[in-house]
Amino acid sequence: MQISMIYLIDGSLESLLCAVFEWFERKPGKILLQLENHYQPDAFTEVFYVHKDNKKADRVWAGLQKKLDKSWMRRFYCTFLSESAQAYSSLFEFSCYIFSSPPGAGANYGNAHVLAVAQTARKVEREKHRMEAFIRFQHSADGIFYCCIDPDFNVLPLIMNHFKNRYADQQWIIYDLKRHYGLYYDLEKAEEVNLNPDEEKNLQKTTGGLHADQENLYATLWKDYFKSTNIAARKNTKLHVQHVPKRYWKYLTEKTGI
Amino acid sequence: MSERIREKLNILADAAKYDVSCSSSGGTRKNDNKGLGDSHASGICHTYTEDGRCVSLLKILLTNHCIYDCAFCVSRKSNDIKRAAFTVDEVVSLTINFYRRNFIEGLFLSSGIFKNADFTMERLLNVVKKLRLEERFNGYIHLKTIPGASEELIREAGLYADRMSINLEMPTESGLKLLAPEKSHEDVKRPLGFVQNQIIQFNDEKKLIKSTPKFVPAGQSTQMVIGATPETDKDIMHTADAFYKNFALKRVYYSGYIPISNDNRLPLIGTQPPLIRENRLYQTDWLMRFYGFHVNELLNDANPHLDVDIDPKLSWALRNLQFFPIDINLAAYKMILRVPGIGVGSAKKIIQARKFGKLRADQLKKIGVAYNRAKYFIKCADTTYQIKDYQGTQIKSFILAESQSKYLKNDVQQLILF
Repeated sequence: MQISMIYLIDGSLESLLCAVFEWFERKPGKILLQLENHYQPDAFTEVFYVHKDNKKADRVWAGLQKKLDKSWMRRFYCTFLSESAQAYSSLFEFSCYIFSSPPGAGANYGNAHVLAVAQTARKVEREKHRMEAFIRFQHSADGIFYCCIDPDFNVLPLIMNHFKNRYADQQWIIYDLKRHYGLYYDLEKAEEVNLNPDEEKNLQKTTGGLHADQENLYATLWKDYFKSTNIAARKNTKLHVQHVPKRYWKYLTEKTGI
Repeated sequence: MSERIREKLNILADAAKYDVSCSSSGGTRKNDNKGLGDSHASGICHTYTEDGRCVSLLKILLTNHCIYDCAFCVSRKSNDIKRAAFTVDEVVSLTINFYRRNFIEGLFLSSGIFKNADFTMERLLNVVKKLRLEERFNGYIHLKTIPGASEELIREAGLYADRMSINLEMPTESGLKLLAPEKSHEDVKRPLGFVQNQIIQFNDEKKLIKSTPKFVPAGQSTQMVIGATPETDKDIMHTADAFYKNFALKRVYYSGYIPISNDNRLPLIGTQPPLIRENRLYQTDWLMRFYGFHVNELLNDANPHLDVDIDPKLSWALRNLQFFPIDINLAAYKMILRVPGIGVGSAKKIIQARKFGKLRADQLKKIGVAYNRAKYFIKCADTTYQIKDYQGTQIKSFILAESQSKYLKNDVQQLILF
């Protein structure tokens, strides 16, 4: 089908939901969803800037909640966190399909958009799970356990509860270097924090002194354990790398230089 | 101080590594005491060793001193190796400090038998008690039940552990008698049965009294060593099936024997561990637990061994071509599940998606079906009418020709005459 219009969104969840709202309001036919900052003007297709309006976004969100169960709402959110233009487009098409179909349409895996959202959500969940597995805290002199990450997708909102429940009796910071924000848990609540570039650099430096000895001891013990628990006769590098892809090695105490 | 603890950890982790279980799933402990740790229902593998096995728990022995002399075991009394023993505090401190840094999901604690069963069990109990009560640790704990320990000790340990296990070691009684004359399957069955009864009792009580404490919430498991003694795959899987049924086990693990001894009853040092066979046994185990296969369908007197070159599901399908091809758009879920190339996830998606219209091959591929394998066994909306009926051996050679098995390094294709 001919593309009749380009919808431009700013990349926020609200603007994505508003795009759905505007499409149903105007019914322009087949449209192309693009990010404002990626947009290359072209002479032939009409452009529509989607304005963010929280009321409209809320209505679309509530409408989706009526049509989709909880697990689908989570998939929707996860797919959004993948931060790719392709995923936004899938979400847009998916929403239009869901709103134009009777309830239960989420089960139609034969539909390309349903499948795309389900599969992207799965990728994001996998990255979330990897972060839960591969984050390695270091205990700093001021008593805070900290870790810097740069995940493929924006998974901090997804991992917050996991770490909050698990480490309820220790202060911790997980900082996303790629997206320049982090989570800080102060024994009461976990919240988003933003650091300035200097503070970010400090976070990545290891602390010195007595405390560092203790940290080094546990890092060494962990590396020792990692080596001792391996069975050399069963060596299977392919499987090892498949489970622990090389791009994550930088996080892992046991994979960093001895 | 730190050198000694390093040495101990090296010795006692090395001795524990032949226990393959590292699962941390099924734990249900919630961090409701503002303590440390919260179990993740599906478990988390924090890293993988270079042999590709998951590392989820700190897996160590309390000690590798042992009064037994089992030929297959690296800690056997007659083996000339370094011995060590952790104190209770050392294990607790290692567990807590590893856990706080997100290295592990919890502790897997086993032990050689020193003095006697009760003495050993009591030490294990002290560790878990200290972790749970003093350190308020809610992470996962997998504890070995020591066969022969008193029921009071086992019951108390069950209140703190998430999973308990006892290894069968050899798949048959005769195999075990050959390598470990002091042990028997009966010694394993008794405590397994005891813990299972306790689990049932606690669960029944829980229905009436909500405050009933948890008892081994992640259930029990066991492990068999494969390839040390001459059992057939049929013997192994029938034993596994019986233990799944009789003791409601969560898992049976199969561990390919790694030659560690010059004992002439065992494979020579340097022999390759039976990795393919182990893999095929796990596949069979999965087919029994998640795909609705009965063990007799996969392994029986006519087929006492699993095929090495193809997986057990494909091998079953080729022996039972009378059931195929099935129509993806009509067949029951349990038949779709039996098609080679279709897993549980794809089967569920197919069942949901076909309500919206007949499915085509391209949709199946996108859903995640291994179509090149499945195509010999299914019909979908756009399947053209096939005049030719293939023989099982032909299908097998087609599939082998286009798949690259990691196990077949020098792939030799046998020519087929007819």
